[in-house]
Amino acid sequence: MNYLLKNRELALAIIITLMVIGISIYAPAFATVENTTSVLNDTSILCMLALAQMMVIITRGIDLSVASNLALSGMLSASLAQNYPDLPVIAFIAVAIATGLILGVINGSLIAFLGIPPIVVTLGTLAIFRGMIVVYGGGNQVNASEMGDNFQSFPKLTFLGLSTIFWIMAAVAVTVWFFLAMTRTGRGLYALGGNPLAARYCGIDMSRQQLLVYTLSGAISGLCGYFWVSRYGVAYSEIASGFELTVIAACVIGGVSIAGGVGTVAGALLGGLFLGVIVNALPVMQVTPFWQMAISGAVILTAVVVNARNEKRGVKLILPEARRLAGAAK
Amino acid sequence: MNQTTRHDVADHAPRTLSEFLLRWETILIALLAIVIIGNTIISPYFLDIYNLSDATFNFSEKAIIALGMTLLILVRDIDLSIAAIIALASLAMGLAADVGATTPLLILVGLAVGAVCGAFNGLLVARVGLPSIVVTIGTMSLYRGLAQVILGDQAITKYPVDFQELGRGYLVSWPPVPYSFALFLILAVVFAIVVHRTAIGRKLFAMGNNPVAAQFSGIPVNKIRFWLFVLTGLLSGIAAVLLTARIGSTRPNIALGWELEVITAVILGGVSISGGSGTIPGVVLAVFIIGLATFGLSLVNVPGIVISVLLGLLLIASIAMPIVVRRLMSRKTD
Repeated sequence: MNYLLKNRELALAIIITLMVIGISIYAPAFATVENTTSVLNDTSILCMLALAQMMVIITRGIDLSVASNLALSGMLSASLAQNYPDLPVIAFIAVAIATGLILGVINGSLIAFLGIPPIVVTLGTLAIFRGMIVVYGGGNQVNASEMGDNFQSFPKLTFLGLSTIFWIMAAVAVTVWFFLAMTRTGRGLYALGGNPLAARYCGIDMSRQQLLVYTLSGAISGLCGYFWVSRYGVAYSEIASGFELTVIAACVIGGVSIAGGVGTVAGALLGGLFLGVIVNALPVMQVTPFWQMAISGAVILTAVVVNARNEKRGVKLILPEARRLAGAAK
Repeated sequence: MNQTTRHDVADHAPRTLSEFLLRWETILIALLAIVIIGNTIISPYFLDIYNLSDATFNFSEKAIIALGMTLLILVRDIDLSIAAIIALASLAMGLAADVGATTPLLILVGLAVGAVCGAFNGLLVARVGLPSIVVTIGTMSLYRGLAQVILGDQAITKYPVDFQELGRGYLVSWPPVPYSFALFLILAVVFAIVVHRTAIGRKLFAMGNNPVAAQFSGIPVNKIRFWLFVLTGLLSGIAAVLLTARIGSTRPNIALGWELEVITAVILGGVSISGGSGTIPGVVLAVFIIGLATFGLSLVNVPGIVISVLLGLLLIASIAMPIVVRRLMSRKTD
């Protein structure tokens, strides 16, 4: 039991499994193959964004602009498809990623080179990126009928019953895992988040690392922008509005510490999956979708309480008051 | 070299002209002047006392919450759930109005729900010791989620006429001062005095600069943090009363996205997001800049989302500019 509490990925995986079993007993329709694949496909975008956000949070940062970035990248990609529907799909994806990457570089430069706090920068770009959609497109939307087949057919392709979105998410997850676990730069992110001062003395370039994570976060958001628009078949200024908080919630549920230095690929994926299962289970269980928000709020609070219990106390403080305070400061 | 930045705690009045000019509040006053002059040039209807008093309706509610948020950010906390608290408080008032509650009772319900929601945030942050940003992301979903569960896709619109008067009426008819704006001005003065002229205010700065040292100096850090969350919840309750009365209805998406607008105002007002520095006059100026800029631009039919782009740029530019200028200046002296 103690081991379970320590290993939060395993605990979370067990909770999700129990939840799925429970839901399936209550509503057998949930356990079908089609539904399972649709949950996985639906959750892939959230999981990709959670992975990107995790890398940012590990460095003690936060990226609130991901949903706006997604919407703008998706819009530009869709409008390219609207004008040149016969281009190969790789062109649309490349445009989306490139847009997202540039937006990420903007965030990263402001944070890394000017030293403006991440929450301030991305709060600003959250408004700017989304507004740029209207400035660019004049408030028009791009509908499915205008996008052309090349643009829309790619996410509908399946392999082993799962869509390309899922497989790309899996590829992103493996890459992020390799980067974080196996490369010097990746390990450096944990060092930076765990103790920025010590990391600096070890020769880790903080600015470079920050620029890197916000650029990656931007590029992944851009990729998700293409998938979001091509999957749901519409691009306009309000898509994925407020989704940044769902992404952060997935990270928190997955055990990523907002104080930095803690987070795993498995955790972020499971956090995303957890929210995905809840969202998809409610209609199957004939609960009104209005419950979704309240439940995810309760889950976030539970997760953060559980995570806090596991977090080690770093400094020895003598007074109990000070100990509680140190916990709060984390 | 001791340079004044926007995040220094001013421990003395400015002594030299350049020190005065580099103060963040001075920069904000210049910005406000630019906004007013710019708006007067682009629209002949801007400098009209009735139009200006109309403009205050749109930002007074947010401005009231910004005062509480300022204190939270001063002590390194943040509350992202304020808009969700408004939704829940507005819903409670709606349910009360449905069973025929009178206006004083409605106000009481709104304030009480706000304070209770704030207390729950405060409990989790100060008692249990969780990071406020995560707690309030959670309660933001929880509060608005509960409002959505109870309200569904309905709207409650049966509010008594004298209740609606609270959000639309004027305290003074000439010059026209709406109730909401008058309340904001009074609260701003009270907050400014408490923050800048009392021991409690100094404690907040001490907590923001070094919570551990503050704790060891005998400041009841967690108790104060708890009550700041209650206060911000209460102010959100006040905003809920004013907003619900003004629009005369409760909808599930009421005040959606306000948390970011309020935080933008506080940061633009010169409050450091890492705590420990900031002024109430700065935040009040920022509220006016944002409110009047939004109003002026909407007079010439600039869409709301484009205005939000400009405000986002203003936020980043206003913080980046002093840093860039300082770097260039220090390079020159090297």
